[in-house]
Amino acid sequence: MGLLSKKDAKLITDPLADNNPITIQVLGICSALAITAELKASIVMSIAVLFVLGIGNVVISLIRNIIPSKIRIIVQLIVVASLVIIVDQVLKAFAYELSKTLSVFVGLIITNCIIMGRFEAFALGNGPWKSFLDGIGNALGYAVILIIVGFFRELLGSGTLLGIPVLGDPIEKTFVYSIGYENNGFMLMPPMALIIVGLIIWVQRSRNKDLIED
Amino acid sequence: MAVDTDKNSYTIIFAVIMVLVVGSLLAFTASSLAPNIDENERMEKQQNILYAMGVNGNVDKGDITFVSTDKVADEFSKYIKQQLVIENGEAKEDNEAYLIDIKKEQAKAKNGGTRRLPLFVGEKDGKTFYVAPIRGKGLWDAIWGYVALDADMVVQGAFFDHKGETPGLGANIKQRYFMDDFNGERLLTDAGVFKGITVAKGNNDPTNKIKDDYEVDALAGATITGDGVSAMIKKDLKLYLPYFKTLQ
Repeated sequence: MGLLSKKDAKLITDPLADNNPITIQVLGICSALAITAELKASIVMSIAVLFVLGIGNVVISLIRNIIPSKIRIIVQLIVVASLVIIVDQVLKAFAYELSKTLSVFVGLIITNCIIMGRFEAFALGNGPWKSFLDGIGNALGYAVILIIVGFFRELLGSGTLLGIPVLGDPIEKTFVYSIGYENNGFMLMPPMALIIVGLIIWVQRSRNKDLIED
Repeated sequence: MAVDTDKNSYTIIFAVIMVLVVGSLLAFTASSLAPNIDENERMEKQQNILYAMGVNGNVDKGDITFVSTDKVADEFSKYIKQQLVIENGEAKEDNEAYLIDIKKEQAKAKNGGTRRLPLFVGEKDGKTFYVAPIRGKGLWDAIWGYVALDADMVVQGAFFDHKGETPGLGANIKQRYFMDDFNGERLLTDAGVFKGITVAKGNNDPTNKIKDDYEVDALAGATITGDGVSAMIKKDLKLYLPYFKTLQ
């Protein structure tokens, strides 16, 4: 990481593991449950959040000294909402197919607590460059968990990855299905995402004892 | 800057300016992009109608490939022989029938008005298709679709779409394995009574080989979206029954 100072690099790497927004800060759980039934949706959502959080953090950081503290939450909300709407409109005009895939996520991005959480906790008190790195870092941390959860839910729930059947055909009974394996329909239900997130938290805390609260 | 950002007056001025700036920015973006967006939506409607009657670029099992946007206008006029608007039981030709907003028509019917029913008569490989648009409610937001029927109201093809159903669950109504299940399903009983198609759970027919049970297999974890599909088929396609009776 020659480009970044050690402190700056930490802003990116910390949220990936020991300060993960989902497993440690417990932010953004709602969308982690809602859209991880398939891997593709997890990836799309991750990219969208990366974009919005990176730019949003910079915008908030730039205007942090002039935001009246009484209405700062509203200001933050407006920044996210208008960013998302503008992007949505531009996509609708020039990349219609892509916008159709994304439209479902628009509402989820605006209400994603990670975005508000990072605005409030970081961008309001730090410069634009640091805020940008923090935004990218947290979005990547969010993406890692989303993709892990999406991977297992799609694999075990539908027997596919990115829509491609990897375990054989459940109806024609080929490959693993021929020896009696069945897709677990439960995995498609949102609560199962919570169980996978729980398992990730377990693994993470057993590897790093500092994370365990008394 | 030595402004006291805690003062009420500052807060109000800030709020007013922010609303003006953001509002005009959004309005500017929306109105400058509107022509492009309208054009995209118009082409999408044509693509969907053609898709339902089997004019599409599908190659593999899971493909959903529409006629490309640069060709869609030509293909539409080539395959769609007639665009009808049925109003009060009377069918009239209208070359802009595909632009009729089903949502507005449904609202009109609700307020006691008469609903205009668009129907697209297409011809492909010597076969005649009647494509009807349908619209209803899923779990989160609107769902809609186009169903291609033959003169006996047997489904020849279906296309569904949605605004905001859950990815991986309800959103799967626009997957091939769901849409294709409708092919060959009947809407009418032998006596000619409208029965519709139900998206049913546990109907012991996951591959959908039984075509005269008025049921298709439901999607796991998408009960309400599935019910929405059943409901819009029953409600909207039933309105076309009088017209189809005249065809026999």
